[in-house]
Amino acid sequence: MAANITNKYVVFKLENEEYGIDILRVKEIKEMLRITRVPKAPSFVRGVVNLRGEVIPVIDLRKKFNLQQRNDTGSTRIIIVTVDEITVGLIIDTSSEVLEIEKEFIEEPPTAIASIDHSYIYGIGKVGARLIILLDVSKIISVTA
Amino acid sequence: MDMNQYLEIFIEESQEHLQSLNQSLLGLETNPKDMQILNEIFRVAHTIKGMAGTMGYTKMTNLTHQMENVLDDIRNGKIDVSTFIVDVLFECLDFLENAVNHIASNGTEGNASADDIIVKLNNILVGKNAEAAVTAVASEAVDQGFMKFNQYDNSIVAKALEQGFNVFKVQVLLDSGCMLKAARAFIVFQTVERYGEIIKAIPKVEDIEDEKFENEFSIAIITSENEAVLRKELESISEVNKVIFEKINEVEVELMDSAQVNASEILTDGSTQNEEKESGEDLHSKKSKTGKTVRVDIDRLDNLMNLVSELIIIKTRLEGAGADTTDEDMGEAVEYLERITTSLHDAVMKVRMVPIERVFNRFPRMVRDLSKELGKDITLSLSGEETELDRTVIDEIGDPLIHLIRNSIDHGIEDKEERTKKGKPVTGNLYLRAYQDGNSVVIEVEDDGNGIDIGRVRKKAIEKGIISQSEADTMDEKASVELLFKPGFSTAEKISDISGRGVGLDVVKTKIESLNGVVEVETYSGKGSKFIIRLPLTLAIIQALMVTIGSEKYAIPLNVIRDITTINADSIRNIHGQEVVLNRESVLPIIRLNKVLDVDGSTADAEEEMTIVVVKKGEKHAGFIVDSLIGQQEIVIKTLGKYLSGIRFIAGATILGDGQVALIIDTNSLI
Repeated sequence: MAANITNKYVVFKLENEEYGIDILRVKEIKEMLRITRVPKAPSFVRGVVNLRGEVIPVIDLRKKFNLQQRNDTGSTRIIIVTVDEITVGLIIDTSSEVLEIEKEFIEEPPTAIASIDHSYIYGIGKVGARLIILLDVSKIISVTA
Repeated sequence: MDMNQYLEIFIEESQEHLQSLNQSLLGLETNPKDMQILNEIFRVAHTIKGMAGTMGYTKMTNLTHQMENVLDDIRNGKIDVSTFIVDVLFECLDFLENAVNHIASNGTEGNASADDIIVKLNNILVGKNAEAAVTAVASEAVDQGFMKFNQYDNSIVAKALEQGFNVFKVQVLLDSGCMLKAARAFIVFQTVERYGEIIKAIPKVEDIEDEKFENEFSIAIITSENEAVLRKELESISEVNKVIFEKINEVEVELMDSAQVNASEILTDGSTQNEEKESGEDLHSKKSKTGKTVRVDIDRLDNLMNLVSELIIIKTRLEGAGADTTDEDMGEAVEYLERITTSLHDAVMKVRMVPIERVFNRFPRMVRDLSKELGKDITLSLSGEETELDRTVIDEIGDPLIHLIRNSIDHGIEDKEERTKKGKPVTGNLYLRAYQDGNSVVIEVEDDGNGIDIGRVRKKAIEKGIISQSEADTMDEKASVELLFKPGFSTAEKISDISGRGVGLDVVKTKIESLNGVVEVETYSGKGSKFIIRLPLTLAIIQALMVTIGSEKYAIPLNVIRDITTINADSIRNIHGQEVVLNRESVLPIIRLNKVLDVDGSTADAEEEMTIVVVKKGEKHAGFIVDSLIGQQEIVIKTLGKYLSGIRFIAGATILGDGQVALIIDTNSLI
């Protein structure tokens, strides 16, 4: 996924940081759906939802990134992403916009980002004064720990 | 012409024909004199020849051509079927199979040469032909221009000639623009029958009536009139272009001529001989085709099944909505809709069902080859080949069964000497059975060999580091047998070609579990072992019992439920850390689903009277404690997807009428 074809990112908020996901990975953004808990699933898997007849697992990104838990609000969204035929939903605090970030404004991730495990990050995008953490979705899905 | 569009059809049909060839060859081995089997083999070889020829696959064409020659001689009694011949024919089959597979993957026949086999076939032909050609003369068909008489026809002709009748062969050519060929032919027949009798027609009368001919056909006539009269009558029929007469004066003389023709044909693979067969065989194949069938891509069926699934979900939702209203019309309509969707579901299911025969077919050959190779005498008995399973299951079940059969032949059934020593019959028995049991299909692979040596299994497991010595000491028989299914396990002392690569049984287990099935083993020391595979009849839609645990809803497949009962909380006893109750005079282990599934807020434990769903797994039972029952419902099974594929205790999910997802409990993993 490091080799990006587009430079458009879906940008969303989690805690106080802004994150971006390559727009080609994103199928849609849904308002909160009814979630069915799956026993024995990893703790960050909130459960499964019914997305037009398909059963899709949803991952709580706060849990995945070991952030503080908080209740869902009206702005909580599920971003449906697809990687290698696996479709999952990612629960995020709020989604804001689609941003274009040129390659030269993307930097290697710094070795120490306090908030989250940086193996999911492949770069930091700079848009004006904003710093956007660009996520590698395939890593989020493949690393089940 | 672009052949690619026909390639798929060619491959599929060839594979079907090869399968039937395989079956027939096995039949031929046991019944070398069976004409019907021989004819079937001939027919298949011929069809493949035709198809391969059309597609331009010369190696296949040449080989099948030579097969035909040998088979024809066998059919005419010139060659007796011997083991050698059957072996060579099997070689032909293998070559053809390889060629077809190669075509399927690469589009060409591959580099393998059929020359060796063709030489072998030639040797069979030449070895017997010299003396056979003479003796076969009398029974050979007579080659007489555009029509050939067989022995029966000849006797009629001879009799007619004796009585002073005239015998003609008449070839009728219709105008190329003739629209109603069958009708014209009918008029020709009627006209002729006013003057005499038609004793033979080529093509057959039925085919002429069905217009299955080009612009010409031939008839043989016995009449008291002369040629001129008939010719005049026939030529006066409109749209008849040309009539060719041939008067037959002698039967005997022509017989001799044809004998020479035939003898030379056999040696030179003349093309006339083949044309003769073509006409004969085409008729044969037309006859053997019964019923009307349509080939459908499995993807389309899958799509259809998905749509039916969606329909059932929406039906369930309507039922829910209908229950709330008092509108009678609505209730009736929903009820009717339910009946229709159930029938529709059944119908689609049936379309997808294929008899397991398709898989079983290849095993007689395999057993034959393996037992030859290992010098063991083994009889394979099949039963229940007509049992039907979903097409997807059929496609997947072949490999696991091959593993199990190989296992039985290699490890299970003993050598001849050993069997004699033990006082067993020299011939080992292998049984392959399929039958339907409730909502599942059971396949059993049973042998009367030595059974599984538990001691050796344990020893091997320790050697391979799968278990420790202390674990082995405390292990019961059942658990020890289960070791066979552990990855990396293989007990064969020497690695043979057949099994013992250590990739056997765990693969079998994984495969069957991926099909939502289970595999069990029964073994009796010295007497044999039995592998039992249980598969669900359908993969997509099942009847299930909906239950609640805490605030969550779960589905339990109905086919695994024995009964539902209530027990008193204080009747639960604790034996070695396992909770049990006495139920129907037997000890029933109790499983608290709220604990196993980590459900919060379940009230089940606090109740004095508990609802128990008794679930079976083979012979074993267990009672699941649930909070309450919702009822029986038809559910559509959805997978949890790759991401959650390893989740324990959950077999899948389903979508309820209100759009909520409910999980299906995997009872097998809980017992």
